[in-house]
Amino acid sequence: MDWNAITAKFDRVRAGDTDLQKKIRGLRRRLTLLLAVVGPGLITSNVDNDAGGISVYTQAGAQYGYTLLWSLIPMTIALYVTEEMCARMGVVTGKGLSDLIREEFGFRSTFFVMITGFFVDLANVVAEFAGVAASMQIFGVNKYVAVPIAAIVVWVLVIRGTYRQVEVIFLFACVLYLSYVFSAFLAKPDWLIAAKHTVVPNLSLNSGYLLMLTGLVGTTIAPWQFFYLQAGFVEKKVGPRQYRQARADVLIGSISCMVIVFFIIVCTAATLYEKGHRDITDAAQAAAALIPLAGKGAGILFAFGLLNASLFAASILPLSTAHVICEGLGFEAGLDHKFKEAPIFYWLYTILIVAGAGVVLLPNAPLWKILIFSQVGNGIWLPVVVIFILLLVNRRDLMGDYVNTVTFNIVAWVTAIAMIALTLVLTYTALFQQSVPPPP
Amino acid sequence: MDLYATELMGAKTYDVAGNYVGRVREFFIEPAEAPNRVSHYLLSRGHFQPLVAKHNQIASVAAGKMELSVSERALELYEPNESWLAVQKDLLDQQIIDTRGRKVVRVNDVDLTPFRTNGNVELRLSQVDVGLPGAVRRLLQGVVPYAVVRKLQSKLPQSAIRWEFVNLVEPDPMRRVKLRITHEKLEDLHPADLAEIMEDLSAAERQGIIASLDEETAAAVLAELDERLTTQIVEKLDPEKAADILEEMAPDAAADLLADLSKETSDELLDEMPGQEADEVRELLEFDPATAGGMMNPQFAYVGEDSTREEVLEWMRGEELNYDQLDTIVLLDRLAQFSGTVPVARLLLAAGDQRMAELKMEPLLSLPPDADEKEVFELFDKYNLRMLTVVDKEHQPMGAITVDDVVSRLVKG
Repeated sequence: MDWNAITAKFDRVRAGDTDLQKKIRGLRRRLTLLLAVVGPGLITSNVDNDAGGISVYTQAGAQYGYTLLWSLIPMTIALYVTEEMCARMGVVTGKGLSDLIREEFGFRSTFFVMITGFFVDLANVVAEFAGVAASMQIFGVNKYVAVPIAAIVVWVLVIRGTYRQVEVIFLFACVLYLSYVFSAFLAKPDWLIAAKHTVVPNLSLNSGYLLMLTGLVGTTIAPWQFFYLQAGFVEKKVGPRQYRQARADVLIGSISCMVIVFFIIVCTAATLYEKGHRDITDAAQAAAALIPLAGKGAGILFAFGLLNASLFAASILPLSTAHVICEGLGFEAGLDHKFKEAPIFYWLYTILIVAGAGVVLLPNAPLWKILIFSQVGNGIWLPVVVIFILLLVNRRDLMGDYVNTVTFNIVAWVTAIAMIALTLVLTYTALFQQSVPPPP
Repeated sequence: MDLYATELMGAKTYDVAGNYVGRVREFFIEPAEAPNRVSHYLLSRGHFQPLVAKHNQIASVAAGKMELSVSERALELYEPNESWLAVQKDLLDQQIIDTRGRKVVRVNDVDLTPFRTNGNVELRLSQVDVGLPGAVRRLLQGVVPYAVVRKLQSKLPQSAIRWEFVNLVEPDPMRRVKLRITHEKLEDLHPADLAEIMEDLSAAERQGIIASLDEETAAAVLAELDERLTTQIVEKLDPEKAADILEEMAPDAAADLLADLSKETSDELLDEMPGQEADEVRELLEFDPATAGGMMNPQFAYVGEDSTREEVLEWMRGEELNYDQLDTIVLLDRLAQFSGTVPVARLLLAAGDQRMAELKMEPLLSLPPDADEKEVFELFDKYNLRMLTVVDKEHQPMGAITVDDVVSRLVKG
């Protein structure tokens, strides 16, 4: 075949770029840059809305109507400020949070942070599988069928998938949170009142109200997410040059997380609160109660949201935990290793899934106590992790010019102290009061 | 018997008269003097200024206890010294490269072997512990008696790396020189292994390693490294050094790298490179990476189709050709147009006086530079190619795509 002749005949004409084409190209280039970085921030923030979180948001809406909505804006800021520091550390140092803690604070500190992390995360995994069980019950599936299948799905997804594939699935799971938006619309809320309560703070000194506020903060900002977020950016090999995109990712994540919380609270406020079903204790109950109030669609969408959130978090938590622990303690970690090369990593991962799913299947399992333990654990763990983050991010030898500015430090420390104070209150009540008292 | 760093840290120290001097808080190696000998011990004693004992002032040392062969007055005050490697600060908990296992590991503890010399005891660093026993010792250090810890750890699987296979990573170039950290051992590794190791390190450490490798190795490593990391590294390198490294790379690899950089950086680097290499790379940069032109290497071996096997072999011996270009040879006719290819394997079996034209592969295959990469993949797949020639409008060869280009493009895609 004579290529010369063919190419002469079909000589492809290359026209010069017009201005518009250039603009489109520039826009596309910027979008690709952003898409190459997006992921860790979006995924981490959305995983925050896990089974435990959704239960608390449901209760907040059912018990106090729209009145807690104002807290979402300060919470978005708190979430963004803390996550941004981790993103920055990951991007600048190229190291995970547990790596940095190990190198700067030694073996023993790391060990205690990690061992606490293990038990707290285990309790969280139990909560996720409990969420799977509860939501599947609404669809009429027995938990003895649903939970083992969920555990296997999680296992296969993570063991067989590549990082990129898994990330795409996770990003898709983020989109499925939109089911809460639809169920909120089906609930026909009063949007004007909702909007007013979102911007006008409404601080009541009622102790139940304060506790619910604390619960919102405590479940939204979980310590393990910082490790996951930072590792995500390191794994994606995002460098300082893409720091702006990474920051945008974190910002989009924080806002989208809070938008979902907004719709969950609005949905339950418009139905359960208005109709007097204020004694709801978990999300599955709420979904069941929604069916007669807002129609079958709303209830099913609500339950589907819970299932998605539980599965999503159950996929991420065990993997992230095993990874973080091995990294910090210096054991081989990662799915690209064989079992023999990284036995501790695989054992931790397996124990977390098997024990997490197993506890839910035990007859008379003390699920309520485990939920409390996971909250208390998060509460104890969070201050330690946040203080480590603040100390590390201010180290000039690590961060160079990327250390916190004075203004950022003020915001960050205030956020950290407020968060710590609130979680300690939550911990205290979880330990000494069996449940949040119902409103008068 | 060997001693561990965890057993030496905090050891109570007495002078020759039996007076308590202080506790060991840190110890150092002076690589410029001896690569593995513990040269200095830092002794702290409450709020007094810390003292330093030298390696020739130690009479005996055991877990938790050290005796000096001199009196306290003979010791000097501690002055920080950049050329000392501090075991606690610079080694414990840090990442090192295991050059034999070809991976990055974290140091849990350090094994020290005592040697008697001139009535003193010298400790020499024999291996670093990266496994469970070291972790257990670190955790229980100072809480559980040494004997109990030893008993406990003997049941655990050992995992240690001999000191001679340890390569430290120190990002600061000044400190690296003072500590005599070289990367000779790393240069012996396969570039692909070294690239994988580098992916486990931090940005600053990667930068440090690339900066101290010779240009040839650096070029080979950069070609193997994840492209996101490559751009980060090259952007931070001194432009002169970066241009030297680019010059060592195959033009197609250099073009791929430059295409990921900003226009200014890429132009600056091209200006630093010698004219001919820079021109080759500039030409390649004109092509879309997803076309035959974007995949080809402009350096390839070509000979006239009338030459005999003997003549070609003679010519090949005299030229400095890379082995990967020597897989297939491109033939030109009298008009310098592409007339076919001859795999070197065929050349090997041919008789000395056979002409190249008789040995060429059928059918005659080539592509224009703007052909889509899919066409390239299809041809490679259909005809089981190892190499494909890219020709211009005059049907003159411009470059060659080799099977490794195709494989890496397929893996990335």
